[in-house]
Amino acid sequence: MNAIARALSKSVHRAAVAIAIPLLAAATSAAPASATTIERVVSASGIEAWLVHEPAVPLIAIDFAFSGGAAQDPAGKAGTAYLAASTLNDGVGEFDSKTFHERLERKAIELNFSVDRDALRGSLRTLSENRDEAFEDLRLSLTAARFDAADVELNRAQILSALRRATTSPTDIANQRWWEIAFAGHPYSRPANGTLESTPNITVADVKTYAHRVLARDNLKIAVVGDIDAATLKTMLDRVFGALPAKAELTPVANAAPQGLGRRTVVSLDVPQAVIEFGGAGIGRKDPDFMAAYTVNHILGGGVFSSRLYQEVREKRGLAYGVSDSLLWYDHTALFLGSTATRADRSAETLDLIQKEIRRLAEDGPTAEELAKAKAYLNSSFALNLDTSSKIASLLVQLQRDDLGIDYIARRPAMIESVTLDDARRVAKRLLNGGLLVTVVGKPEGVASTAPTAN
Amino acid sequence: MLLSKLPMLIVALAGAVTYAACAEAAPTVTDFKLDNGLEVVVIPDHRAPVVTHMIWYKVGAADETPGKSGLAHFLEHLMFKGTEKNPGDAFSQDVAEIGGQENAFTTSDYTGFFQRVPREHLKEMMALEADRITGLVLTDEVVKPELNVVLEEQNMRVANNPVGRLGEQMDAALYLNHPYGRPAIGWRHEIEKLGRDDALAFYRRFYTPNNAVVIVAGDVSAEEVKADAEATYGKVAPRAENNPRQHPMEPVQEAPRTVTLADSRVEQPSVTRNYLVPSETTAKPGESEALDVLTSVIGSGSNSRLYRTLVVDQGIALNAGASYASTALDYAKLGVYGVPKPGVSLSQVEAGIDAVLADVVEHGVTADEIDSAKNRLIAEAVYAQDNQATLARWYGAAIACGETVDMVQAWPDHIRAVTAEAVQAVARQWLDRRRSVTGYLVQSLKPEEKHS
Repeated sequence: MNAIARALSKSVHRAAVAIAIPLLAAATSAAPASATTIERVVSASGIEAWLVHEPAVPLIAIDFAFSGGAAQDPAGKAGTAYLAASTLNDGVGEFDSKTFHERLERKAIELNFSVDRDALRGSLRTLSENRDEAFEDLRLSLTAARFDAADVELNRAQILSALRRATTSPTDIANQRWWEIAFAGHPYSRPANGTLESTPNITVADVKTYAHRVLARDNLKIAVVGDIDAATLKTMLDRVFGALPAKAELTPVANAAPQGLGRRTVVSLDVPQAVIEFGGAGIGRKDPDFMAAYTVNHILGGGVFSSRLYQEVREKRGLAYGVSDSLLWYDHTALFLGSTATRADRSAETLDLIQKEIRRLAEDGPTAEELAKAKAYLNSSFALNLDTSSKIASLLVQLQRDDLGIDYIARRPAMIESVTLDDARRVAKRLLNGGLLVTVVGKPEGVASTAPTAN
Repeated sequence: MLLSKLPMLIVALAGAVTYAACAEAAPTVTDFKLDNGLEVVVIPDHRAPVVTHMIWYKVGAADETPGKSGLAHFLEHLMFKGTEKNPGDAFSQDVAEIGGQENAFTTSDYTGFFQRVPREHLKEMMALEADRITGLVLTDEVVKPELNVVLEEQNMRVANNPVGRLGEQMDAALYLNHPYGRPAIGWRHEIEKLGRDDALAFYRRFYTPNNAVVIVAGDVSAEEVKADAEATYGKVAPRAENNPRQHPMEPVQEAPRTVTLADSRVEQPSVTRNYLVPSETTAKPGESEALDVLTSVIGSGSNSRLYRTLVVDQGIALNAGASYASTALDYAKLGVYGVPKPGVSLSQVEAGIDAVLADVVEHGVTADEIDSAKNRLIAEAVYAQDNQATLARWYGAAIACGETVDMVQAWPDHIRAVTAEAVQAVARQWLDRRRSVTGYLVQSLKPEEKHS
C-alpha cells in the first residue's frame, strides 16, 4: 500500500464499513458449537451486555450498536448520521478535539464509530490496565460529544473529498447505482456516507439532533470480550451507558423489496476493466428458509474456490480475478448481491455466464454432493470466526441485533444439518428465480442498458 | 505491493506488513530447523481450537530475472494447480471440506501460502503443503487461463486505479538500480509473455525446504508441531542451493526525483514523498526503531506534526501523515503525504510538509511526543496478540526478510530505548531529498487513451 492509498484510507474505510458489517454478518452467521462461553450480564439499572470473559490476553474489546443508522437521515440531508459518527470522538465534555485525541493516543485507546443503513456502531479497544480511563472516554463520547463547528467542518471536508473520489471509482459507481435503482424512493436508495449534493446541507444542529434521537438505551446492543469479569462489567455498564435517555426517537422506515429486477444499467467510464454488480431479492434472517438460502448462496458464489461462479468465471476461463456474492439482510429488506470486474472485451461473456449459472442453480438446484460439502464447510469453518476478541464482539452484537438468542451458536450446527436437498432445491428457486438487477461501469463491449438512465 | 491469490483478504494482509512489531509479553515462541534446512516457528494461542499454518518462501519479485517481471507472483497463482499426488484442485477442495480458509501472497521479498483450519487438521495441511514444495505439475491448459486471471488482477490494482499507477512510477523512479523498482505484479507487457517453462524454472530454483520457513500459530504445542513437521516436511529433500540473496544495490543517490501522474479520473489530487531508508534488516542497531518513533511523531494520528500543522492549524490540507514499512530485505521506504483542501495547490501542501520536516530535523521532537509514540507502538504489539493470524504474519515476514525470532521479540524493548537524540539523528540523516521521489497525482484535462 503506498502512502497515497494510506492517505485516503480514513474515509475509504468509513465508506467500506457501511457495507462491510452486513457482509461480515453474512460470513459469520452460520456457526457450529464452540468452547466460547457467553454470559448475559445485566446491570443494576437494567442495561444488558453479552460477555465472553477471556483473561489470556490483557485487553478488552467492546462493540455496540444503536438501531437507527443512515436510513434516519432527513430528506435532502443524506450523510447526517455518517457526519455525526465521524465527529463523535472529536471534542467531548471539557476536552476539545486535540486534547481528547491526545488522551486516547497516550494510552493507545482505540475508540471508533461508524454508520451503516440501519445502525450507528461503535468499538472500543483498550489494554486492561487502562480500562477505567477508556470507559470514561467512551462515556464522554456517548453523552457529552461537543460537535464543535470546526470539527464538523473538517469532517465534512474530508467526507466531500472521499465523495469526489468516488465519482470516478467504477466499484463505487456500480454499487451506488445498484442501490439507487433497487430502492428508488426509499431511504435505502441513499448512500450512507451522503452525496456531494446533500452533505453541504447538513447543519451542526442536524448532527446534534441525530445524536440526541439515536443515542439511547432501548435500541442499544452491547458485547464485551476479554480481560474483564461480570461484576466489573455491571458497574461499567451503568457508568458508561446509564446516563443515556431511556428511549430513542426513531423515524419509522418502511420495509422494501428491491425494484428494477430484470433491468441492466451501463454507466460509461474510461477504464480498461468493467465492474459488474448484480443482485436480487434475498431471504430474511428470521425466515424459516434462511439457512437453506445461506447454503445455496454459498454454493453459488460464497467466496471459496469451489463456488460455481468462481469455477466458471475465474478457474475455467480466467475472466476475472474475483467473483462472489453474499446474502445480505437489513432491518427492512433482504438481498443477495455480488460483483466482479472483467476485461472490457469479454464483459458480455462474463455477465452471460453469471446469469446462466444463477438460472441453472434456480432451475436444477444443487447436487447432493454440493449440498453435503457446503453444510460441512459452513459448520466447521465457524470456529475461524471466533479466534479474536474483535471478531467475537462483532458477532455477538449482530446476534443480538438479529434477535437470535444467546444459545444460537450452540443451535446453529443442527439448523444447517437439517437443510435437505428438497429444501435446497425449493429455496434455490425462491431465491434465484426473481430476476437480477445489474449495473455495469466501464466500457463493456456488447453490454447495453435495458432501460434509459440518467447516465 | 502485496498481492494475493484471492481478493478477499487483501486488506488484512496489506495492513499487516506495514507494522514493524511483534508481541509484548508474548507467548512462548519456539523456533527450530529440520535436517533438510526448513525453519519452523510455533506460536501457541489456546483461546480457540483453530490453527494458522503458513509457509514462506524466501523469494519474491526482486529475485526475478530482468525481463520476466511478475514471475514470482504468477508462480504463486500456479501453485494451486495441483501435484502428481494431489492433482487439480484437490488441496483446495480438502481445505474447503474441512471448513478452512486459504490464500497466498507475493511481495518483492517473499511468497507465502497459508491455511486457517480446525486444529485437528494441521498435519493434513502440512502433508499437502510439503507435497507442493517440489511436486507441482503444470500444463498449458491450466497455465493460460491463470495468466488471464493475473492480467485482470493487474487491471484491478493498477490500470483501473490512478493511485496504483502513480505508486508504480514512483518506485521505478526511487530505485535507480535495485529490482524493488519493478512492480511485484510485473510490468504488463512482460506478464503477457510469461509461460509454463518460466514458472517451472523459477519453481525448481527457489522452492526447496532449505529456502522456506513454516509458521504455525494457534491451539498447538511445539512438541506436536515438531513431530508432525518431521513426518511431513522432513521427508522433502532439498533440491537447490540456498542462494545468498544478493540484489544489485543502489548507488549514491544525488538528485531528488519528481513524478507526475495525470489522469482524467483524479478527483482528489495528492502529493506523496518516499525517502529511501534502512529496513529493520539493514539498519544499524536502534536505527529502525528510531525511524518507527519518528514516523509516529510526524505522521500517525490526528495529533501528529503533519496532521496538526497542515490540517488543523493551517487548514490547507484535508489529510496528512507518514508511514514506514520497515520489514524488507534490502531497503525500506519512509513516506509522507498530504491531500490539499479544494483551492490549495500541491506545491503549497508540499511546502507545508517540508517546513514540518525541516523543523524536526533542526529542533528534534519533544519528550511528550516520544512517550506517546512509544506507548502506541508498544500497545500495537499487545493488540496483535489478539489475532493469531496477525502474529503469524509478523513473524513470517520478518524471518523471510532476514530477521530472527529474537529480533522480533526484542522490538518493544528496542522501542522503549529510543531517545530524542536518536530520533533527531535519523531525521537528520535520512530525510534527505536527494534520496527521495515526490509523486503528484493530478487531474488531466481530457480523457486519456485506453490502456489495455
